[in-house]
Amino acid sequence: MQRHQYDVVIVGAGGAGMRAALESSKRTRTAVLTKLYPTRSHTGAAQGGMCAALANVEEDNWEWHTFDTVKGGDFLVDQDAAEVMCREAVDAVLDLEKMGLPFNRTAEGKIDQRFFGGHTRNHGEAVVRRSCFAADRTGHMILQTLYQQCIKQNVEFFNEFYVLDLLMVGGRATGVVAYELATGELHIFSAKSIVFASGGFGKVFRTTSNAHTLTGDGMGITWRKGLPLEDMEFFQFHPTGLAGLGVLLSEAARGEGGILRNSDNERFMERYAPTVKDLAPRDMVARAMANEVREGRGCGPDKAYVMLDLTHLEPAHIDAKLPDITEFARTYLGVEPYTEQIPVFPTAHYAMGGIPTNIKGEALANNDDVIPGLYAAGEVACVSVHGANRLGTNSLLDINVFGRRAGIAAADYAATAVFEELPAEPEAFVVDLIEGMRNAEGTERVAAIRTDLQATMDINAQVYRTEGSLKQALSDIEGLKRRFAQVSVQDKGKRFNTDLLEAVELGFLLDLAEVLVVSALARKESRGGHFREDYDKRDDVNFMRHTMAYREISVAEDGKETVNIRLDYKPVVQTRYKPMERKY
Amino acid sequence: MDVKVKILRYNPEVLDESEWKTYSVTLLPGDRVLDALHKIKWEQDGTLTFRRSCAHGVCGSDAMRINGRNRLACKTLIKDLNPEKEITVEPIKGLPVLKDLVVDMEPFFDAYRSVMPFLVTSGHEPTRERIQSQEDRERFDDTTKCILCAACTTSCPVFWSDGQYFGPQAIVGAHRFIFDSRDEGTEQRLEILNDKEGVWRCRTTFNCTDACPRGIEVTKAIQEVKRALIFRRV
Repeated sequence: MQRHQYDVVIVGAGGAGMRAALESSKRTRTAVLTKLYPTRSHTGAAQGGMCAALANVEEDNWEWHTFDTVKGGDFLVDQDAAEVMCREAVDAVLDLEKMGLPFNRTAEGKIDQRFFGGHTRNHGEAVVRRSCFAADRTGHMILQTLYQQCIKQNVEFFNEFYVLDLLMVGGRATGVVAYELATGELHIFSAKSIVFASGGFGKVFRTTSNAHTLTGDGMGITWRKGLPLEDMEFFQFHPTGLAGLGVLLSEAARGEGGILRNSDNERFMERYAPTVKDLAPRDMVARAMANEVREGRGCGPDKAYVMLDLTHLEPAHIDAKLPDITEFARTYLGVEPYTEQIPVFPTAHYAMGGIPTNIKGEALANNDDVIPGLYAAGEVACVSVHGANRLGTNSLLDINVFGRRAGIAAADYAATAVFEELPAEPEAFVVDLIEGMRNAEGTERVAAIRTDLQATMDINAQVYRTEGSLKQALSDIEGLKRRFAQVSVQDKGKRFNTDLLEAVELGFLLDLAEVLVVSALARKESRGGHFREDYDKRDDVNFMRHTMAYREISVAEDGKETVNIRLDYKPVVQTRYKPMERKY
Repeated sequence: MDVKVKILRYNPEVLDESEWKTYSVTLLPGDRVLDALHKIKWEQDGTLTFRRSCAHGVCGSDAMRINGRNRLACKTLIKDLNPEKEITVEPIKGLPVLKDLVVDMEPFFDAYRSVMPFLVTSGHEPTRERIQSQEDRERFDDTTKCILCAACTTSCPVFWSDGQYFGPQAIVGAHRFIFDSRDEGTEQRLEILNDKEGVWRCRTTFNCTDACPRGIEVTKAIQEVKRALIFRRV
């Protein structure tokens, strides 16, 4: 076992983690721990762009962007946070350009901008060109550019280090315990500030655009510490995943003029969103697609998907603006987008919920109190700038704005805080977890349980939900948790034991799926990404509030412990905008 | 269909030597090699070890030698590999193997980091963005696509025989900034690449271009850097 001491420890090296690291390491001694290599992070898979009201190609301003974000989030967005994000968006984009990010350019050599779903001029009048982009690989460019800046700034990385526990002393975050993949050795990191930037948990679903590694480790760790998770029922299903695979095809395809069609070749979005049509927010488009399929207007042998049509676009335009996603269609489905329509269906994409934070990136222990020394940014966090449904491009914006803010806040706190003495045997929990798993002799296999979890989540907790389907999911998850107690791994070694780590990751997925479903059961309304067929209207009287889930352990008289999920609620911050019906 | 997959296994905790193991897997023609590896790991042998993340060719984790050629496992479909015959999978060559298909990436990243792969500018920053024409932006577009998967570097015969050579990827990483009109670090970067282990070791075998899963014209980029060195201008 090795011990380390840093002023700031950042967990995760995607966009949010590296953006935080650039701020923090400038100010104080900082370590970045990642279970991958920084450039493998899933920020690199983001495609379409990052919105900011630069007004480079047409009139725009950050207040319109704020309104769109609030309305896109079905009014569950904390409006003070959305204002911060949209106001700072302009500098966030310009900062990236100065770091060297190769944005596409206008004829005058400025950063080019294009249409994106839900982004409008003057509060919904018409679509607006707000997304700053680098072809359809904007996330790749952001990840590379931030990594390049980290090299320039000599940021210290610990690659392939799995953080598995957060250390807390008297309500304050004081360190983390990490497992080194290469050797199986444990490392204790003592720190004044800890920033979680470890991404989402899309792998609870089968059909997902998420990487295999997106198993919600950060949320899972803080959850086990008794810290709350906010708005976990809100999960975004991206309309255009490659049918059957879930591989993401950017909304930029529709931003550049692509059209969704059903089996009658009808442009069906005209019926669902007459003004913005195919560029309606993702939750609405995903539901419309699922509805077309349910009503028998799906395409293909099983009528199981709809088509994304780019055939009316010039091949040269496709090559210049959408090179990667058209290559995905060719590689994985053998479809030629110049001449053929592409089969698409919604794919689990983004967690709106997560570790609750304020606008400085400080993590919250409840509705009001900050946890000293703990920060979160990016998909792992819930500020909440996305509310019930995130607008396209706002995630790349979120990681830059709130990654930066969390990095600054963490370094500022470390400047005056002292190192806390760690508890005796700080590694005990992780030793139990790892060695328990390594030595277990049960008959259950990790992959079988994970497959069953993903199947029930896809069937019961996806675009359409009901009380019945959610109860089914919950009882399935409970059964899977019992099976998980009997799981064993085949690889008993120390070296690169990915078999073991997959088992640990599955533990996080099971916990988070349960929180998602329990939160969704209690929200008896439909809002943004959470659609209940049995309560198909938004209910502002009873549910204009954030869900706060807590893990609580009760001890019976016989000493037996049971884990319960307790739900509480938090008011939504409203400043400029009163809730209104969401039409596009 | 039933496919035979032959994998070069190595785990020094168990055995000092590497050995081939063959697995039988039921796959669909449209499945990826990564799907085959997962099926083996998840259903037959949990000790099989490889890196992977995004599973659609953008993160660069799973470069490996498949049927003797460097490719990404997640971007290679079974039907494109003549699956009637055994499919062979080995770690990429030239970097120390740590376990099964996992190699030590540090020498590779060290080479990348050594070429100053970041924008170098001087003077005050402008208030707004730096202006760059569409033509100037297009000039270095190809090399911005690199995902650092190491398929090119570990397909290079010079790299195999001389571990000190920077390798194609590092030159691609430098090219991306040398030909960026906003950058002012070209002189320093060219000096680094003028090293005896730099661009001049390239023997123009085009293996790197063939290996690149992103379709970057790697050899062309290297030639452009060589030309820039000779004429000292870009």
